[in-house]
Amino acid sequence: MPAVKGDGMRGLAVFISDIRNCKSKEAEIKRINKELANIRSKFKGDKTLDGYQKKKYVCKLLFIFLLGHDIDFGHMEAVNLLSSNKYTEKQIGYLFISVLISASNDLMKLVIQCIRNDLVSRNPIHITLALQCVANIGSREMAESLSIDIPSLLVSGDTIDSVKQSAALTLLRLLRTAPDLQMGEWTSRIIHLLNDQHMGVVTSAASLIETLVKKNPEEYKGCVSLAVSRLSRIVTSSYTDLQDYTYYFVPAPWLSVKLLRLLQNYPPPEDPSVRTRLTECLETILNKAQEPPKSKKVQHSNAKNAVLFEAINLIIHMDSDPNLLVRACNQLGQFLQHKETNLRYLALESMCLLATSEFSHEAVKKHQDTVITALKTERDVSVRQRAVDLLYAMCDRTNAEEIVGEMLEYLETADYSIREEMVLKVAILAEKYAVDYTWYVDVILNLIRIAGDYVSEEVWYRVIQIVINRDDVQGYAAKTVFEALQAPACHENMVKVGGYILGEFGNLIAGDPRSSPIVQFQLLHSKYHLCSPSTRGLLLSTYIKFINLFPEIKPQIQDVLGSKNNMKNPDVELQQRSIEYLQLSSKATADVLATVLEEMPPFPERESSILAKLKKKKPSSVPENSTETTKEPKAMPAAQINSDSTGSNPQPSLQISSPSSSGSADLLGLDMDGTAPSINAGVGGISSGGGGGDLLVDILGGPIPSVGGGTTNGLDASGLTVGAEENFQKFVCKVNGVLFENDLLQIGVKAEYRQNLGRVGLFYGNKTSFQFTQLTTSISCPGQLSSQISIQEKEIDPVMEGGAQVQQMYKVECISEFTQSPILNISFTYSGANQKLHLKLPVLLNRFMEPTEMNADSFFTRWKALCQPEQECQKIFKATSPQDTEASKVKILGFGSSVLENVDPNPDNFVSAGIIHTRNAQTGVLIRLEPNKQVQMYRLTVRSTKGEVAKTICELLETQF
Amino acid sequence: MMQFMLLFSRQGKLRLQKWFVAHTDKVKKKITRELVTLVLGRKPKMCSFLEWKDLKVVYKRYASLYFCCAIEPEDNELLTLEIIHRYVELLDKYFGSVCELDIIFNFEKAYFMLDEFLLGGEVQETSKKNVLKAIAAQDLLQEEETPQGFFDDHGLG
Repeated sequence: MPAVKGDGMRGLAVFISDIRNCKSKEAEIKRINKELANIRSKFKGDKTLDGYQKKKYVCKLLFIFLLGHDIDFGHMEAVNLLSSNKYTEKQIGYLFISVLISASNDLMKLVIQCIRNDLVSRNPIHITLALQCVANIGSREMAESLSIDIPSLLVSGDTIDSVKQSAALTLLRLLRTAPDLQMGEWTSRIIHLLNDQHMGVVTSAASLIETLVKKNPEEYKGCVSLAVSRLSRIVTSSYTDLQDYTYYFVPAPWLSVKLLRLLQNYPPPEDPSVRTRLTECLETILNKAQEPPKSKKVQHSNAKNAVLFEAINLIIHMDSDPNLLVRACNQLGQFLQHKETNLRYLALESMCLLATSEFSHEAVKKHQDTVITALKTERDVSVRQRAVDLLYAMCDRTNAEEIVGEMLEYLETADYSIREEMVLKVAILAEKYAVDYTWYVDVILNLIRIAGDYVSEEVWYRVIQIVINRDDVQGYAAKTVFEALQAPACHENMVKVGGYILGEFGNLIAGDPRSSPIVQFQLLHSKYHLCSPSTRGLLLSTYIKFINLFPEIKPQIQDVLGSKNNMKNPDVELQQRSIEYLQLSSKATADVLATVLEEMPPFPERESSILAKLKKKKPSSVPENSTETTKEPKAMPAAQINSDSTGSNPQPSLQISSPSSSGSADLLGLDMDGTAPSINAGVGGISSGGGGGDLLVDILGGPIPSVGGGTTNGLDASGLTVGAEENFQKFVCKVNGVLFENDLLQIGVKAEYRQNLGRVGLFYGNKTSFQFTQLTTSISCPGQLSSQISIQEKEIDPVMEGGAQVQQMYKVECISEFTQSPILNISFTYSGANQKLHLKLPVLLNRFMEPTEMNADSFFTRWKALCQPEQECQKIFKATSPQDTEASKVKILGFGSSVLENVDPNPDNFVSAGIIHTRNAQTGVLIRLEPNKQVQMYRLTVRSTKGEVAKTICELLETQF
Repeated sequence: MMQFMLLFSRQGKLRLQKWFVAHTDKVKKKITRELVTLVLGRKPKMCSFLEWKDLKVVYKRYASLYFCCAIEPEDNELLTLEIIHRYVELLDKYFGSVCELDIIFNFEKAYFMLDEFLLGGEVQETSKKNVLKAIAAQDLLQEEETPQGFFDDHGLG
């Protein structure tokens, strides 16, 4: 038996030894049951146990629990230990409670009382124990009862450092458990902890501050300059300066990483001196990566590179300094060939993000060969997976053929675990970057050939949709599937695609005697008996279509339809098809037949089902440069969802197929009204068939909803709950916040938007201590709104406990431009009375806008191009709030458009640009806001290809200044 | 934020578990089973990072023990490896070349040490000196408080 540290509990050590000596599971259980019986009798016995014994038995119970056995007694004894004045007894009591007691336990009230006693005890070691316990199991109840004690410990001058550290992280835990917790006036002081002398305090506080910032970035934005200066002091210090906070020659790596993460919640600092200092920090970190290592130990390189990767994350997040981005990319390039697997893995991962920035996309592409080699040679499948992700992210029109080719080649030997995802990715890339659709058809047929089992329905449905929607590729597709079907063994998916395509377009190749109607039919029918019933059903439909296309082979086909095998098939579907098709072919006239069996009409345009599938399968694997993605952006700050996404558009957009890959010139699409020569060529990808139509729509200004007033409030004001409108207005320039609050209920909103998709989370907080019942919610879309946006809501539990918070998610898609907002109807019963609320859900057109950067030249070129009177909307209005430059900038950024510096000759004016994404179109918007400080007036001008959009945006923005 | 940390042996026996988020016992057992199988199935020299559900798993083996942490997508993998290492160093310094048995017999100390180092799933104190000082102070109190009659406490106690 090894020595027990300190003067521990000998009885416990003996017991542990006994357990370890048990030869079998049965013996162990027997020994445990004996011990449990012993402890139970001690606890029940008349003799009162002293604290030491109680501690020992509680500790034994804990050990038994950790072995995986259930413990159903001893909780009370553990709680008793909390009020002991002996530290070690208290400590074991707290440990037991932290490991074993759930928030719903009846004893929780008692526990909280003990915690509270310890918190106010003025004995630092007792306070620390109580804090650690709260940090371990903090519940909502604890949050509410301790919301005063803990913050005051944190900001009080008498608190010793180690207690401050624990208090900071305990508070963090409570904020995570109860995000709506309201806690006094201490908040503004908290950011100054970043200046604390004690590095440990700063380290703890940095985590707390990041959480606070995520909740309310505006309130804490003072932390940016503090964090930058702290970071700067760390990175420029020598490793001896920070003594024990230096880890293997790296100064304070944990704190550095926390600070770098904190900064990722904000846009690049606006103050030039802060910004310069931050840039210097980042450069220093990049420089250090090039210095020879100070130690050969892996800990040294890990800590150093941890800071480096976090710095690169920040550089990617800011996405504004091309020099830093390219340097980051080069650094990652070196790691791609590093001997450490971990570094190669991380480099591939980070490069995926760099590939989505327009500044570094080209730099990433230089590493294409290395990445392809990684795909082929890495021994760890998780690293190969990263290589696939990166190839997918770096793919654009210039390298698509090569990347798709390599991926297809690799697919032949790829791990089973990643095949399906690779198939989806290849299918998406081929579709997205196809210039020549014959290439696309070849790729998909190759996919089926190489990895037929992994080609999901979505993939072959999609190729059929595309072939049907594009008449230039139909003949080629028919010829190619016909050839593919010649193979003696071909995958059933190939038979499906072949059957469908020949049924529609077999006539296009029937002129060639080698693929005459009868040859086509016999070829397909030779596969018939090997196929599953569903494929056979599809082939039967092909046959009846053949009867229409090729009347000359009608008898042969009728023979097959009328065969005993089909007419009496045990599969009802096959039987029914055979009988009906046979009857149809014998009874109907040629005209009727031709009408019934006419070629399929083009498919309506919708999101690629493959992309949807990939997202479902692996949300994180759809990089941001693909369309309509719902990827959670890496550490995307709530405040900033809009302004951060500028970098995600380096690719040619799908509808507007621009010739260059950097394509920013075309992004706005403002040059589309007019002749727009650039849009005819190869309408890209996903919009395929409908693409042409969409473009036309865009050029002509689209089916604009002709809402009379066009105001955002289409409802009679009395239809809405009082106070709702006022809160709602705040959401024009921000995404998150409180939508509604009364004595009973608080509703918070947290939303994310990306292109034409959004996810709106509503947080309902029951402010009372009683249940709400019969809680229901519904969404109504006034007027034309129901056809302009689509909203899917998650159901909500009809019962909501007192004090509880529930979340409800809405998925929103912008189908076309809209002016009104959906109405959220809430109904619930509170102490017998029915409560009804009608609120406007803050889904506004500008939320689907993404900001765009451009220089003065391109801005004014575009501006001048939009000179038609209906393309402009102008408002002149009185300022309703102080005309503060910074505040206005924040509003514009929050609105969702960019703030373009050095564009307007008058520095007081704001110019701004953004793109509104709807399902099928993108509309550029240009904004100019001219404050006149003398008279406290504004002139707001909005121009857009679509007059209605200009008007809506203008009216939304007008209310905010 | 770290969601949980598991220590288990090469044979898959769980030696320490620390959960920074609330789960029911059933869920904890399920997660543990899944991760132990996953990690033990990996070959040496493979990457120490894994995607698992919507979390990242970072693991490292020290002698017979695997240390395995689950972190959130925005957390830093490399630094999590060093959190593990620093914890091992702390145990090592305290026990004097720590082995699996030390952790089994002194599991409560392992927990106390972890609470000084990590709190609420975040790093609280990275200075080795400060953490060990706090633990030494606890041991001192323990000595003072241990009853003199503890010689009675042997056998099955």
